[in-house]
Amino acid sequence: MNDTITTNGTSAKITRRHTRTASIFEKKLVLKASARALGSLDPRAMVKNPVMFVTEAGALLTTLVTISDNFSGRGNFTYNLSVTLVLWLTVLFSNFAEALAEARGKAQADSLKNVRKKTSARKILDGKEIMTSSDELRENDVVIVSAGENIPGDGEVIKGAAMIDESAITGESAPVLREAGSDQAGVVGGTRVLSDTILVKITASSGNSFLDRMIALVEGAVRQKTPNELALTVTLSGLTLAFLLVTGSLWPIGKYFNIDIPVPTLVALLVCLIPTTIGALLSAIGLAGMNRALSANVLAKSGKAVELAGDVDTLLLDKTGTITIGNRQANCYRPLPGITTEHLAAIAMQASAGDGTPEGKSIVKLGEQLLGTTAPEETADTVIPFTAQSRLSGVDRQDGTSLRKGAPDAIRNFIIRQGGIVPEELQLLVEEVAKKGMTPIIVAEGNEALGVVGLADILKPGIFERFTRLRAMGLRIVMVTGDNPLTAAAIAREAGVDDYIAEARPEDKLGYIRKEQQKGRLVAMMGDGTNDAPALAQADIGVAMNSGTQAAKEAGNMVDLDSDPTKLVEVIEIGKQLLMTRGALTTFSIANDISKYFAIIPAMFILALPGLNILNIMHLSTPQSAILSALIFNAVIIPALIPIAIKGVKYRPFGADVILRKNLLVYGVGGILMPFAGIKLIDMVLALTGLF
Amino acid sequence: MELLLGFMVLAIPALLSWPLGRYMAYVLDNNTRSGMNPGKITGPIGGEITKKPQNWKEYSWSMMLVNILMFAVVTIILAFQQGLPLNPDGKTALEASLIFNTVSSFVTNTNLQHYSGEVFMSYFSQLFGLMWLQFISAATGIACLAALARGLAGKTMMGNFFRDFTNATLLILLPLSLILAIILMAGGVPMTFEGAAVAKTLEGATQTIARGPVAAMVAIKQLGTNGGGYFGPNSAHPFENPSAFTNIVECMAIIIIPMASVWMFGFITGRKKDAAVIFSVMMVLLVIKVLIAMNLEHAPSAAFAGLPVTSGPNLEGKELRFGQGAGALWAAVTTATSNGSVNCMHDSLNPLTGLIPLAGMWLNVVFGGVGVGLINMFIFIIVGVFICGMMVGRTPEYFAKKVETHEMKLALLALLVHPLLILGGTALFASTPWGASTVLNSGAHGFTEIMYEFTSAAANNGSGFEGLGDNTVSWNIATGIVMLVGRYVPIILPLAIAGSLAAKKTVPETSGTLKTDTVLFASIILGSVVFIGALLFLPVAVLGPVADHLSSVMH
Repeated sequence: MNDTITTNGTSAKITRRHTRTASIFEKKLVLKASARALGSLDPRAMVKNPVMFVTEAGALLTTLVTISDNFSGRGNFTYNLSVTLVLWLTVLFSNFAEALAEARGKAQADSLKNVRKKTSARKILDGKEIMTSSDELRENDVVIVSAGENIPGDGEVIKGAAMIDESAITGESAPVLREAGSDQAGVVGGTRVLSDTILVKITASSGNSFLDRMIALVEGAVRQKTPNELALTVTLSGLTLAFLLVTGSLWPIGKYFNIDIPVPTLVALLVCLIPTTIGALLSAIGLAGMNRALSANVLAKSGKAVELAGDVDTLLLDKTGTITIGNRQANCYRPLPGITTEHLAAIAMQASAGDGTPEGKSIVKLGEQLLGTTAPEETADTVIPFTAQSRLSGVDRQDGTSLRKGAPDAIRNFIIRQGGIVPEELQLLVEEVAKKGMTPIIVAEGNEALGVVGLADILKPGIFERFTRLRAMGLRIVMVTGDNPLTAAAIAREAGVDDYIAEARPEDKLGYIRKEQQKGRLVAMMGDGTNDAPALAQADIGVAMNSGTQAAKEAGNMVDLDSDPTKLVEVIEIGKQLLMTRGALTTFSIANDISKYFAIIPAMFILALPGLNILNIMHLSTPQSAILSALIFNAVIIPALIPIAIKGVKYRPFGADVILRKNLLVYGVGGILMPFAGIKLIDMVLALTGLF
Repeated sequence: MELLLGFMVLAIPALLSWPLGRYMAYVLDNNTRSGMNPGKITGPIGGEITKKPQNWKEYSWSMMLVNILMFAVVTIILAFQQGLPLNPDGKTALEASLIFNTVSSFVTNTNLQHYSGEVFMSYFSQLFGLMWLQFISAATGIACLAALARGLAGKTMMGNFFRDFTNATLLILLPLSLILAIILMAGGVPMTFEGAAVAKTLEGATQTIARGPVAAMVAIKQLGTNGGGYFGPNSAHPFENPSAFTNIVECMAIIIIPMASVWMFGFITGRKKDAAVIFSVMMVLLVIKVLIAMNLEHAPSAAFAGLPVTSGPNLEGKELRFGQGAGALWAAVTTATSNGSVNCMHDSLNPLTGLIPLAGMWLNVVFGGVGVGLINMFIFIIVGVFICGMMVGRTPEYFAKKVETHEMKLALLALLVHPLLILGGTALFASTPWGASTVLNSGAHGFTEIMYEFTSAAANNGSGFEGLGDNTVSWNIATGIVMLVGRYVPIILPLAIAGSLAAKKTVPETSGTLKTDTVLFASIILGSVVFIGALLFLPVAVLGPVADHLSSVMH
């Protein structure tokens, strides 16, 4: 595994946490959202939200009735006016919730946008360098960027290598290496080159990058309803229709009893019954979900992808950097009989010259400790670099001997090709090392095997507990590693994963994903290299690392700015929380209706059927105050629940039954009981005013 | 004693329902057993058309085809009964709107009767029109539930309606009815083709006593959740229900096939635990209803309130042979299922007791009609699964299939039909002379009479609250339409949902999946049934029975 991903430090996480816990009702955002709420009362815009459209229609009707009753002297003007005002307030609160979520998205997007200020760019055209502006750049343009300059747009390094400061995007201060031809060739506009000069091919025209797309998504500019949101909208519309029927039929039924139910009262009952709470907060919940993804530095290409993440069944995690701490360290030299440890170490050090990975370096370091020498900086020999395909590295000496070190099967093939024989003892050594959970690396000199180097893996702290929780949620965790099956099995056991793919090549990942999908499972994976692109495209959720190649980023449906391999888990949690929040607030909204019936029904018919006062179990002071109290409760619960809509309901990594029981208790049973108290309280306040 | 009666009437069918459900699945589902298959007996009937597997659309079309055909045939029989055989008492033709209402009523398993059978119908009409339809309609319900179960088991080809229908009629309903008819005959129910008996009373007056092939008709009316009795007073009539013994047997017969339908569903889907959960929810609701009804009828009649008379249980409108307990029990059971046969006058129940039959029909899922009760329940389950399923953080799933926009559209539509028919119909008739001028009582009680009629029609129940002059053209046409819409739309839409679910990819069940075979899920089903029911019908419940009760208490 050739892995130079910088594991993220704490700073990025801290920035993220900070944005997440930032005050929901920040003054600046509230003002902005209030203005927008007033401006978006246009029924043509409201029709997308059937529940609130009905509410607005009701408000309009009540307004007309209030005016005409005022002139004809019928009805109670104060009461009519109050109902009208509260109805309009309900609509405004709903618009406010959406506008606030949008404003928060905008604020977050702005901080990212600032990174992409207009800069000058040196474009290479027909071999000549011309100065242009970053927003003039088009796809496939090539620019040259030197130390101290900002990269003008998203692209891929096509020549050279450079250290780059990506802190503006990721919050991570340590510079990262971006190198042409490697899996870490991706660069982001707005980041800063610290050393060297690179040629960058621009991969997205200005205004068309992943970041631009994400900004549009969180700002709500290109919002499309996600599948579950659509299904919920249909459900809420159906319930609204049902309650239209219930209230609509009361008017003629009232005639039978010789009761003329005032229109404002009927509308009040209707609006109290239809699921306005969830109707008002639905788009805010969706926007906030996107926003949470952005807070986690994940760019999703669509809202659908974030929602789908909650359904993931199988998680393909790379061992290195996710399950184990970054890099393996050479831990021991085990020579074959007849070979000295010193000789093995010396050859291993030379063969590692072509391996710049931390593993390669650790082999050299262990050798240096053992031999008390330092490896030469330069070598005249031909260096054979490590690749994921060959899985070995080494040097070809000028005298014709080839030194190699690498994965057991790769070296065995090499020895056989060279006409050598693989001694039986070697297999025993390999297995002995592997069973300890170490990765065996075989060292060969010419066609002769010398022995084994053991690379030890260190598990990330707390990873076992984390996996236990994920598995309780029904996720299957699959570890992907280049290790041999024995080592993989040992680490898999230690980390507590369900399955592993050992000696994994990119096509193995693709095959595994297909196999899982055939069983109906939804698969998520993370990848960076061009090799990963087919698997990223095949996976239902493919998260590409921002440091990865353009091909990988195009193939996935999300890009992680931090290039943090544990990010998948967060993405899944965001998806789950999104659905939970919708479910919880829908349940709450419908559960509220019981208390509203007890407030409104007796109030409605008390004049004709005085006995109904028995049902006034809250002892609300007057019929009018009862109806108004229910309606006011119905309106103010919307802003009161904005924090839950935006932050999401409390997320707990447990099995479905436990989560459901807790949520049902809080939002179902709580939703039934809470409004009784709320309505009574409002009624007491109204009674104090003496108006009703 | 009364509690023991209630316990017996619920417990014995519950025990018998398991083997019967197993037998029903065995008969209908050709895949359950290889080799010996009773379904093969009917194989030669109908030829090729009964062999072709059908998807939900073809299945629904076939179902409609058979039902429309039967509708036409029986319409002709009733219209020309004076010219047809088996008419010893010379019954004449019926009025057109009454024919429409009656045929709609029997073809939809409702059996709302705006006529008195012994007065209007010839033996031929009773047997080959009305009794025959009681088989057809019950078999239709069983067949459609089997199709729904197959769809939910993941099959897009949901069986063959003609075959299911034939098997349900010949191998399930016919043998069961035969057994029950024989038991009833042993209990004293007449079965004869001779005309009305003429008797001399002790005072020397001549009395004409209507009789006929009663046992056969009573058997299927009870078993098939039909409720269309031979005589006007239904099972309160001594020839339909002569003794305490027949009363208990008939009461148990009401509920046995609806109970067995749930197990049949479990066997066909291969999810017996799910079936057990649904069964227990239905059972809990039924026990609650029965206990409330029996308890409330223990109270004196509201009419006696404040009068200086010895107050006992409410015996108004009861058959004194059975007592108020058996009356209340029957009232609860007959409306929980969509049977609608009665052994007492529901109009005379104490006002709050009257709420129990109404609630039974509003929900219409407490075992419900043969087959269709569970089909109705499926809609409540889907809505509950959707809303609560989100709370576990996944796209809601039922039986390993994702529930999405298309299914919710259909489910909400199915859910809306019932309140639309009841509330819409009641509102229309309460505010116009069509209904307001036909009620015998004023105020809340009169309102309940109108609402009950529409509820009974929409729920395909057929019990009458009575106290209503309902054999008018407007009532006949309105309830006729309500019965037809209330029957077929809530059957076809769930089949469409099952078809849509069957075509989807199967999602593996993990510990992150909402389990549908747990006590927790039982509470979700219970919650969505009670909640949706309460939210839709609470206002009319308050204006009807509750207001009625309060005004009689206030006196």
